Amino acid sequence: MSRIKGCFAQLKQEHKKALIPYVAAGDPNPEITVDLMHAMVASGADIIELGVPFSDPMADGPVIQKASERALVYGTSLSDVLAMVKTFRLTNNDTPVVLMGYLNPIEVMGYECFAKAAHDAGVDGVLTVDIPPEEAQSYIPALRACELDPIFLLSPTTTKDRMTIICQYASGFVYYVSVKGVTGTSALDTDEVAKRLAVIKEVTDLPIGVGFGIKNAETAAAVGQVADAVVVGSALVNLVEQNARSLSNEEGNKKITADISQVLVSMRTALDV
Amino acid sequence: MTIEQQTENKLSDMPDDNGHFGQYGGMFVPETLMEPLDELNQAYINYFQDPEFLAELDNDLAHYVGRPSPLYFAERWSRELGGAKIYLKREDLNHTGAHKVNNTVGQMLLAKRMGKTRIIAETGAGQHGVATATVAARLGLECVVYMGAEDIQRQALNVYRMKLLGAQVVSVESGSRTLKDALNEAMRDWVTNIDRTFYIIGTAAGPHPYPAMVRDFQAVIGREAREQSMQHEGRLPDALVACIGGGSNAIGLFYPFVDDQEVSMYGVEAAGHGLETGQHAAPLCAGKPGVLHGNRTYLMEDKHGQIIPTHSVSAGLDYPGVGPEHSWLKDIGRANYVSVTDEEALSGFHDLTRIEGIMPALESSHAMAYVKKLAPTMDKDQFIVVNLSGRGDKDIHTVATIDGIEF
Repeated sequence: MSRIKGCFAQLKQEHKKALIPYVAAGDPNPEITVDLMHAMVASGADIIELGVPFSDPMADGPVIQKASERALVYGTSLSDVLAMVKTFRLTNNDTPVVLMGYLNPIEVMGYECFAKAAHDAGVDGVLTVDIPPEEAQSYIPALRACELDPIFLLSPTTTKDRMTIICQYASGFVYYVSVKGVTGTSALDTDEVAKRLAVIKEVTDLPIGVGFGIKNAETAAAVGQVADAVVVGSALVNLVEQNARSLSNEEGNKKITADISQVLVSMRTALDV
Repeated sequence: MTIEQQTENKLSDMPDDNGHFGQYGGMFVPETLMEPLDELNQAYINYFQDPEFLAELDNDLAHYVGRPSPLYFAERWSRELGGAKIYLKREDLNHTGAHKVNNTVGQMLLAKRMGKTRIIAETGAGQHGVATATVAARLGLECVVYMGAEDIQRQALNVYRMKLLGAQVVSVESGSRTLKDALNEAMRDWVTNIDRTFYIIGTAAGPHPYPAMVRDFQAVIGREAREQSMQHEGRLPDALVACIGGGSNAIGLFYPFVDDQEVSMYGVEAAGHGLETGQHAAPLCAGKPGVLHGNRTYLMEDKHGQIIPTHSVSAGLDYPGVGPEHSWLKDIGRANYVSVTDEEALSGFHDLTRIEGIMPALESSHAMAYVKKLAPTMDKDQFIVVNLSGRGDKDIHTVATIDGIEF
């Protein structure tokens, strides 16, 4: 069983929801990432979504755009991100890791070469924002051949027919984008999300994660009422930005890790009530 | 498919139903945009078969844009270069001063029929922004134009023109602060305001159906040039020349000729400080295939797949990608892609101004600079049609600064 599938199966038994934090690899510097991943697990993360920096993140709002820019100052490449996951796996063999990013770095590496390297590093799933299933005829088999789960997005504009097609190609979980917009958007309508999730559940048995617009323990708990997993990104990356600006690398990394851990603990607590 | 059908397949039949030109093109976008793009594609397919829509488009092109644009024989310049005859397709004489308006008039008619009330656009040199703001003003629609902070500085005149036309110009401070970043920002706006917003992309790039749709709106250039060539010379041209940033003026000129193998085509990219310096905007000449802004195409990227900064003296060519149809025409060998440097482009600017009394945009000056190389290699009974895609008024400040003149 894949780590992702196993993770959701176990949470279901325990009647718990998955907490999935997102951070961009190499943000604000490459030294922080592996330690931060471990700290997030210790604070209640069930799955880690690791952003692969890209020069042109067209689906991201300003917070995650800047995270990419900070990471790219150090030249954090897809190969570097895979090396970080490999290091993380030295002491953690259980927590699933999903890479989230854009297609071009994977294109340049080559789908098969990437899939093999990602599997060898200990990656479990890949969410590529700008490849819909229509364009993924060689991408999906390449991932599957290396036991990687292709994670796809569903959005408020996705029709039921499209949902059915997308869910046929997806494995691990599907990711519902809660709002029309980019990452870090403010308003999330929980009632509306609940309605849409009901439709998604008609077409798939895969666990459903919800992201975009989850700001704090309160929204996490509200979304946790209806979804199987809660993804939190910009709210955490904001904490990186605040501390990266004002502190030196070493002090900044400590403070960032502490602040992110604190938010995750509060979300974990709210989700488990 | 029967053999009969296969032999009937023409280069002009591209793209396929999903927007692919061979391995290029396609729809590489976040999920939220898939439905809206499908809706746009349906509208594009339907209205391009609707006589009423086409009649309205023709009427606007004639009476608002001022078409057909002349095909002018540059007699003195031809004599000076001592080779093929040179004809200029005068897109600079269109309303707003460039070919861009052919496309914005068309997309605006689509927007109106689709019931959209808010228009957004990206712009580099500002020509597309001005052309969009113009048609939005005419219909009284809200208009937001995204423009890189770097380009806002270089093209202050066009920024002011857009504001006069009632558009809101948003300065894009992310990334390299140029055209590619403006496109990212416009995409983000579109995803967020999808219900009532129509995104008018200015070049023949982006996700399907944009590359095909923009081409079809710009193809009026080539259709007229074809007819005018017959009138002037009684036959089709020996060569076509056009500059390429995203490639909309070039594909507009080339497309109606792609099935005429005897007509050579030259797309001229911006070599900036020189291809060998790495400071250029010539993905077809010096880049590799990749995925950016919704399509697979030639890109300027580093070995890790990050998009790298481009350089050109001309803001309108300063883009790391190119329309997917050009990538395909390159790979199948139907069109030739070449490049000229900033310096060569400036000499093209000065020559045309001095010899013909026509001041070309710096973008179009790249095409002129290549004609300087090409014409002397051809016979006197041959002729070239070069797309004079825009006028140079907006660039006078840049040219003056390079010449060391302060106002």
